[in-house]
Amino acid sequence: MNGSPHLHLPVSVRLVMFKVLAALVPGIAVYVWFFGAAILVQIALASAAALAAEAALLRLRGKPVALFLTDGSALVTAWLIALTFPPIAPWWLTVTATLFAIVVAKHLYGGLGQNPFNPAMVAFCVSIVAFPALMTQWPAVGFTDFSAQMAVVFKSQSAQDAVTMATPLDALRTQLHVPEARATVAGILGSHASFGNIGGKGWEWIALAYLAGGLWLLQQRIITWHVPAAFLVTLALIAGGFSLGEPDRFAGPVFHIVTGGAMLGAFFILTDPVSGATTPRGKLIFAAGAALLTWIIRSFGAYPDGMAFAVLLMNLCVPLIDMNTQPPVFGRKAQQREKPHD
Amino acid sequence: MLSALLVMAGIAVVLGAMLGFASVRFKVKGDPLVDKIDAILPQTQCGQCGFPGCRPYAQAIAKGEAEINQCPPGGEEGIRKLADLLGKEFKPLSVEHGVEKPKQIAFIDEALCIGCTLCTQACPVDAIVGAAKQMHTIVAPLCTGCELCVSPCPVDCIAMVPVPETVETWKWKYPVVQIKVAGHA
Amino acid sequence: MLATLFKFRGGIKPDAHKDESTRTPIAAAPLPARLVVPLRQNAGSAPLALVGPGQKVLKGERIGAPEGNFSAAVHAPTSGTVLAVEPRMLPHPSALSAPCVVIESDGEERWIERTPVDYAAESPDALRDRLRDAGIVGLGGATFPSHIKLQPGAAGRIGTLVINGAECEPWITCDDMLMRERAAGIVRGIGILRHIVSAERVLVGIEDNKPQAIAALRAAAAQAHGIEVVPVPTRYPAGGEKQLIRVLTGIEIPYGRLGTEFGVQCFNVGTAYATHRAIELGEPLVSRIVTLAGNVARPGNWEVPIGTPIDALLELAAPQAGTDRYIMGGPMMGFTLPRTDLPVTKAANCILAASPALFPPQGPEMPCIRCGACTHACPAELQPHELYWFARAKNFGKAQEYHIFDCIECGCCAYVCPSNIRLVDYYRFAKTSMRALEREKAAADAARERFEFRNVRSEREAKEKAERLAAKTAAARQAMAGGGQPAGTTPSVPAAPTTTAEAAAPLPQLDEAKRALIAAAIERARAQKEAVQPKNIDNLAPEKRAEIREIEARRAQVRELAKTPPEEPV
Ligand code: SF4
Ligand code: SF4
Ligand code: SF4
Ligand code: SF4
Repeated sequence: MNGSPHLHLPVSVRLVMFKVLAALVPGIAVYVWFFGAAILVQIALASAAALAAEAALLRLRGKPVALFLTDGSALVTAWLIALTFPPIAPWWLTVTATLFAIVVAKHLYGGLGQNPFNPAMVAFCVSIVAFPALMTQWPAVGFTDFSAQMAVVFKSQSAQDAVTMATPLDALRTQLHVPEARATVAGILGSHASFGNIGGKGWEWIALAYLAGGLWLLQQRIITWHVPAAFLVTLALIAGGFSLGEPDRFAGPVFHIVTGGAMLGAFFILTDPVSGATTPRGKLIFAAGAALLTWIIRSFGAYPDGMAFAVLLMNLCVPLIDMNTQPPVFGRKAQQREKPHD
Repeated sequence: MLSALLVMAGIAVVLGAMLGFASVRFKVKGDPLVDKIDAILPQTQCGQCGFPGCRPYAQAIAKGEAEINQCPPGGEEGIRKLADLLGKEFKPLSVEHGVEKPKQIAFIDEALCIGCTLCTQACPVDAIVGAAKQMHTIVAPLCTGCELCVSPCPVDCIAMVPVPETVETWKWKYPVVQIKVAGHA
Repeated sequence: MLATLFKFRGGIKPDAHKDESTRTPIAAAPLPARLVVPLRQNAGSAPLALVGPGQKVLKGERIGAPEGNFSAAVHAPTSGTVLAVEPRMLPHPSALSAPCVVIESDGEERWIERTPVDYAAESPDALRDRLRDAGIVGLGGATFPSHIKLQPGAAGRIGTLVINGAECEPWITCDDMLMRERAAGIVRGIGILRHIVSAERVLVGIEDNKPQAIAALRAAAAQAHGIEVVPVPTRYPAGGEKQLIRVLTGIEIPYGRLGTEFGVQCFNVGTAYATHRAIELGEPLVSRIVTLAGNVARPGNWEVPIGTPIDALLELAAPQAGTDRYIMGGPMMGFTLPRTDLPVTKAANCILAASPALFPPQGPEMPCIRCGACTHACPAELQPHELYWFARAKNFGKAQEYHIFDCIECGCCAYVCPSNIRLVDYYRFAKTSMRALEREKAAADAARERFEFRNVRSEREAKEKAERLAAKTAAARQAMAGGGQPAGTTPSVPAAPTTTAEAAAPLPQLDEAKRALIAAAIERARAQKEAVQPKNIDNLAPEKRAEIREIEARRAQVRELAKTPPEEPV
């Protein structure tokens, strides 16, 4: 027999997931505007692969396929993969990465709600370790011609230098690390018309669109302020501090926040409830830790965007964080402060 | 490359140190093994395990002289806990020692009792009161349901009755997850 | 004027559905032909039956005496004849039975002699005893004996009385209607409660979606001094005792502590009204207001004699087609009634006819996605998803570490959970299992102790016996050596437990005929002894007689269980 309550809000996992997807739409639209429609094809590829893998795995594991397939969680993973991969990544890379995310990172750990790591970030990390070159080729500004992009995606013809370029993050990493080049942040970022300064084309606008979607999620109470705020503030503080000290070697806070996966990560990736911390203080620590790691990996690491690695590393710490940040319960606040070991 | 390795090694050392510290810091001072085993045994003191009571059985297990599946009142759950404690494989209750059954307590039909005191001597927990040639009765809250008093009674006036569930002792059932519903389809 | 209201965290805002059942005034429910009054209608120990079958009772006569202090009396809800005192199914999710007094009403409603008292002239102790003997318990649903809550704690006085008129659960309106119609009585009752604990401040918290109740109570309280009626924001569970105390006073009372320790105590408006009736009219608690609502044609509130069968009540409300079950209590904390021929108790504030249209069945349960919605909704500030995880894995130790017992089972978490997890069911399972485990452990510890004591004792006895034997032999030897008589100093050896061994020994050697004879003798003895009535009980107090009757009943029941010939003593 089922006990109380007999009343329920008409909410479901599906609703939550579809709201997340809806919140991604503005970001995708701006993305298409700047980098062409290839991203839509990537999203479609990833979605199809994710749904197929999900269905197969659910059947294998004897779970109700229709119920879980429509919960939208596989789609969220798929979209995040597509959005973090270069839009002109070869089709097989997107598909394999998605399959890997769903099969290994999600279902091998027990499926929905059980995965300790963010599946999309697992896919990203595995891909960038295995195919660093393919994962860093971004369409050059102006390379938005759809059929040309498709040629790169499907014919796996290696993209010409004319149509690709390194992301600003990548550029910073490769050039700043070569002492003889005597490169400076301003020099690198300023040398590309599309990079950099506020109001410039590209990243800032996408980041703003993600921000808008994220704020809507906040308003919908799908996510809380803790993670995005802690992440962005920490990232800005660290980046700001170092760039003040050595402006030639370290990029400024605005750059860090609008570039790469930062904004997407702050509102859509780190806020993944399954693999993130759940207590308020835990969320703050979790996100601040991710910001710190992101900045460290971006500034000193071997890979251009540290976001994905930072997320996975922090995922690893979640049980520990949650365990040690349990908020006091009703009526036990004073008591707990007095004797924490009670 | 080298710095990455160094960082990794550094992290490993720090984590290892933390773990080590935690294990020292949070180490629980243990009871002796026999006490731990005895704490798991149900204390029915029925002797079905082949030992004169729970503690002797606990001692035998601790010495490795007895299997962990000999206590019927403890049932599967008890065996599981023992297996956990001792790091052994779970094995089903050995049939030769008895079967698991719901808890019962003894009841003396006082009209029949001839006051022979045999049951008092058999009771391992002194749950029977009475004097020679006087009526005897079971102190129900103390009775462990070991059944040891049943067979000695010369007039067969002791019966085992199941302990009925009351509103106070009733347990909410483990929620059943319905998975059969295949979504809205 | 009250300066500030405090907030409690969490909570939800479901549709209130209060209008349906507040359009008509409270009406008296007709007296049923037969009433079933459960003896135990209070938290704490069950009262002892004071009456037996065939006995005539008057309305308001005590039929159950409080057993110990943590208990409250039970009274006949009308005049009539006791038909039986026997286990009947209770309105409880377990569908288990417990002793009930079945009364056939004579329709005359003859009261016992009522003795109103002037509370101002009475000592608090006397008033508390009166409340216990009038069967006053918390009428919000918890049925906690009120006199216990009125006892001054170790920490001293109760400075603030909180009166709970919040009634935050959807659909329920019994307190609302009571406040609208009987505000004067409530205020008088509050006066008595305040007098007992000599509280300086009285705060009446009413959710701001009940303007009429607030107005009525304000008007009635205008005459009395120091009673403030405070509208509180409508948010479930603002009417939870701890939540309301928090909102009105800012004090948080943790699980397992009494409000008294914090100088504050909380009573339901219904309880205050019942207090007034008990003290100033001399009428014990024999009826209560019950809301009938949900999928019914005539929703409303009824004053119902305790013990009225629920199906008789339902006829008044006329359930409509589509009703698939009935809920006792509200939709957030109530339970599905196992049957409808069960009696109304002091805890029954509402009977809801549920239909799939009003209370849509929940979707299938999905895994927890740790979305945190439950954490936000939990007024006890717990981490429901963690508790769920531990309860589901039967990891009770961890569940306790995460304060599962602080959960008030309000249902907010399950209400908001997008994964449709029946969270509270898991908590109930864990809590009841843990309590059972605790009982088992206590019993095992006691058994271990007694077993060890017994072993020590038999060892000692054996040793003493051996010593005596040794002494005896030594003496004999000495005597022999001395060539005289045995020494007179030898202690006599009673060896009590062994003397009866011979009683059993000869039995197996008896032949068939003798055995048959013995069996026949046993049968005779059985028949004889069972026919014997308890003697010398005529001059005993009714309580004692009730006790004897109860023990006999228990024996009879147990005998039945043991499947011996079912010859019940009367
Ligand atoms: S079988 Fe009986 S005596 Fe042996 S351990 Fe179990 S309960 Fe104790
Ligand atoms: S063994 Fe039987 S007859 Fe003897 S005292 Fe016990 S109950 Fe009575
Ligand atoms: S609301 Fe449900 S799904 Fe969300 S964290 Fe709580 S239990 Fe998990
Ligand atoms: S039922 Fe318990 S855990 Fe759930 S919201 Fe209420 S108090 Fe919190």
